[in-house]
Amino acid sequence: MASPRTSTHSSETRPGLRLADALIYLGMGTIFGILLVKSEVVSWFRIQEMFRFQAFHMNGIIGSAVVVAGASIALLRRIQATTIRGEPISISDKPFERGVNQIVGGIAFGLGWGLLGACPGPIYALIGAGVTPVAVALLSAMLGAWTYGHLKPYLPH
Amino acid sequence: MGDLLLSSWPWYIAGPLIGLFVPLLLLLTGKAFGVSSSLKHACAATVPGRAEYFRYDWKASGLWNLLFVIGILLGGVVAVQLLGGGGPTGISSATKADLQALGLTEFSGLVPPELFSWSSLTTGPGFVAIVLGGFLVGFGARYAGGCTSGHAITGLATLQWPSLLAVVGFFIGGLLTTYGLLPLLL
Repeated sequence: MASPRTSTHSSETRPGLRLADALIYLGMGTIFGILLVKSEVVSWFRIQEMFRFQAFHMNGIIGSAVVVAGASIALLRRIQATTIRGEPISISDKPFERGVNQIVGGIAFGLGWGLLGACPGPIYALIGAGVTPVAVALLSAMLGAWTYGHLKPYLPH
Repeated sequence: MGDLLLSSWPWYIAGPLIGLFVPLLLLLTGKAFGVSSSLKHACAATVPGRAEYFRYDWKASGLWNLLFVIGILLGGVVAVQLLGGGGPTGISSATKADLQALGLTEFSGLVPPELFSWSSLTTGPGFVAIVLGGFLVGFGARYAGGCTSGHAITGLATLQWPSLLAVVGFFIGGLLTTYGLLPLLL
């Protein structure tokens, strides 16, 4: 899969991005966005239905995604698969201190997820789907991430 | 076949396909599937301020993620323009009845226009849903170290204890909004 042509960009010496890689990321994002819209994961109404436990749809999507991802990763580890460029595959563990950040941050995220009806992936997909006021929510989410970045030293983790 | 493509996709098609993104991304690129770090990279690329959190080489570690989320946006365009996406959502009649009891009347799109339109942005409920909701999603995801993709899918699939804790937090927050905040808001 490695491109026979080498990039003439000056960034070639840095661990930058090859054009083929860029197209892979864009293309995979596009397919993911299509899936999010066509399965109605981006729907505010679906998220309400999930939090009211009134249908299996969302739980089925997340649950089956976890099972498929888990089985695939177990297989990749078992056969010691490498990337198509032959680099070793490793998934770094999520950092864990006392669990305060997962619980408090998780609750903050959940409060927002319920209000906005969209987690980060669907935020992008909704803008593309023409629900343009969600662009304001994206800026707001960036501000939220920015605020966390500046408060991090003072917050319990 | 065309009809199947244009109608909404059931969970047993969409869920496993979304799950396949984790091994596919790993095989093609070595990257761990996750979306909310794009918010961090976007800050690092534009207004890092004085935070240590944003001081790193975002081009090396984050450019892939930014391209991925631009792709998600393009996917939203394709789904609606070419594949018949965009609603109405096929929610259960129980959910519809609950939301009607809260005062929502319009169910033809992906979002209730009472909250998510440019004119509602200046109303109290619209502002809270869009601006406060967005802020909490960004703040909470970064504080928790991931969102639905990084924690609930990649994290749970690799049996990571912190991710289970975060997902429990997601649901506590979501239930508080659904049964506490929304009735006050609508």
